[in-house]
Amino acid sequence: MSKRSMSKCSMPMRVAVAAGLSLLAAGCGDTGEASGGKTLTVFAAASLTESFTSLGTTFEASHRGVKVRFNFGGSSGLAQQIGQGAPADVFASASPAPMKQVSDESRVFARNRLVIAVPKDDPGKVTKLADLAGPRLKIVVCAEQVPCGAAATKAFAAAGVRVKPASQEQDVRAVLTKVSLGEADAGLVYRTDAKAAAAKVRGIEFPESAKAINDYPIVALPKAPQSALAKEFVQLVLSAQGQAVLAQAGFEPASPG
Amino acid sequence: MLSTKPSRAAEKLPGRPPWILVLPALAGLAFLVLPLAGLLIRAPWSTIGTRLAEPQVLEALRLSLVTATLATALCLLLGVPLAWLLARVSFRGARLVRALVTVPLVLPPVVGGVALLLVLGRRGLVGGWLYDTFGISLPFTTAGVVLAETFVAMPFLVISVEGALRAADLRYEEAAATLGATRWTIFRRVTLPLVAPGIAAGAILCWARALGEFGATITFAGNFPGRTQTMPLAVYLALETDPEAAIVLSLVLLVVSVLVLAALRDRWVNTT
Repeated sequence: MSKRSMSKCSMPMRVAVAAGLSLLAAGCGDTGEASGGKTLTVFAAASLTESFTSLGTTFEASHRGVKVRFNFGGSSGLAQQIGQGAPADVFASASPAPMKQVSDESRVFARNRLVIAVPKDDPGKVTKLADLAGPRLKIVVCAEQVPCGAAATKAFAAAGVRVKPASQEQDVRAVLTKVSLGEADAGLVYRTDAKAAAAKVRGIEFPESAKAINDYPIVALPKAPQSALAKEFVQLVLSAQGQAVLAQAGFEPASPG
Repeated sequence: MLSTKPSRAAEKLPGRPPWILVLPALAGLAFLVLPLAGLLIRAPWSTIGTRLAEPQVLEALRLSLVTATLATALCLLLGVPLAWLLARVSFRGARLVRALVTVPLVLPPVVGGVALLLVLGRRGLVGGWLYDTFGISLPFTTAGVVLAETFVAMPFLVISVEGALRAADLRYEEAAATLGATRWTIFRRVTLPLVAPGIAAGAILCWARALGEFGATITFAGNFPGRTQTMPLAVYLALETDPEAAIVLSLVLLVVSVLVLAALRDRWVNTT
């Protein structure tokens, strides 16, 4: 039932999104567009912002006249937008569940694991996951509905640690905000997030994170307006060059082989 | 007493309303109501009963109603005197103060939440002192939710009440002053009754805004069921995994708020 009403919505949605994108293009006044260049639209999880932006520049450099445009956001929100007909060429998700709503053809291109983020001065003196159960500590984690929260729950279960969080945040960035402002004594974030915010928080690795590793799948969408370019972009992400950029951001390679 | 009687104006003027006003009015109404219709059409009616019975829903609803009401009370307590100051006392920088009052209207609520953290957080300018002296920490508490909602909703009250004060006939207050009433007495016995409908309308706007508050709340107070998870937060998180549940939650919030607002309007705003 919901499928049918979705397709009902898709036309106006498509028009609206297209109008939005062309406005963007007009606003940027880029010349590639005017000279008949192509635009590749990549929907990617927010945690990929830095590494994918850099790969986008690489892609543009090797494909003359091609602009790569990104829509970074929460994976499930992006999946819903694609479901409603947003004109995306590539979708990279931070966990398999949102990807399943969009495509079964995806490939895992990176993995991310959780670390404990603490404020620079570490007021809670946290060194291991079990420390987070301390009754006096204010702990923030992601809500279970979002991938980082599901991973946190798995990690706590694997370690047999019972934590009473002060808050279940809507995404990793919100956890980072609370920790970097010192409102929370510790929080669980992805290693890549801790690395990106290294000026404000310290990331502590913990062995139980191995039990809660997030796979990042990517797919060139079957209905992609630029399907050839979409496949090439996915190739770039999977290539040694792409993997090096991701590794630098703190991602682990997809399972060997 | 001063009262708004919407029916009287319609009776007074003869003739057909001009289409040049009626058409955009209808378009405006459709624009506001259609998204609601979208929610109603997509709502999973068959499972709505079981979804509503979930304890988390009632908990979030109760928390939303309690915090929005407390926030409105706080807005009244602080906002009415502020509106009075702006309308009745001339002082240097009044324009600037009036502009500052509207800042929370312009500020993205998430930024408002971060600003509240910087001031009232455990390491904030004021919050640091509260924490060191009394051991009080506001983020992640229900009190934090009330503060976030108050911050975002108060401008609605101040602007409505100030407007009512400016529209009110000053001669009543002047008459009271010539009869020897102090300014406090005038405020209490003359001004307040005079602008009561304006205050009620402002309070209703304020309550509605507080009820729907999301960004400042989740940023300042976080999200924890039963403590800081209000309906809008529950809706947002439900949207991550279960859009149908999010629709049900939104409808509950809408129905409850429309019922409350309709009841209050009849009782306070339209009475003679």
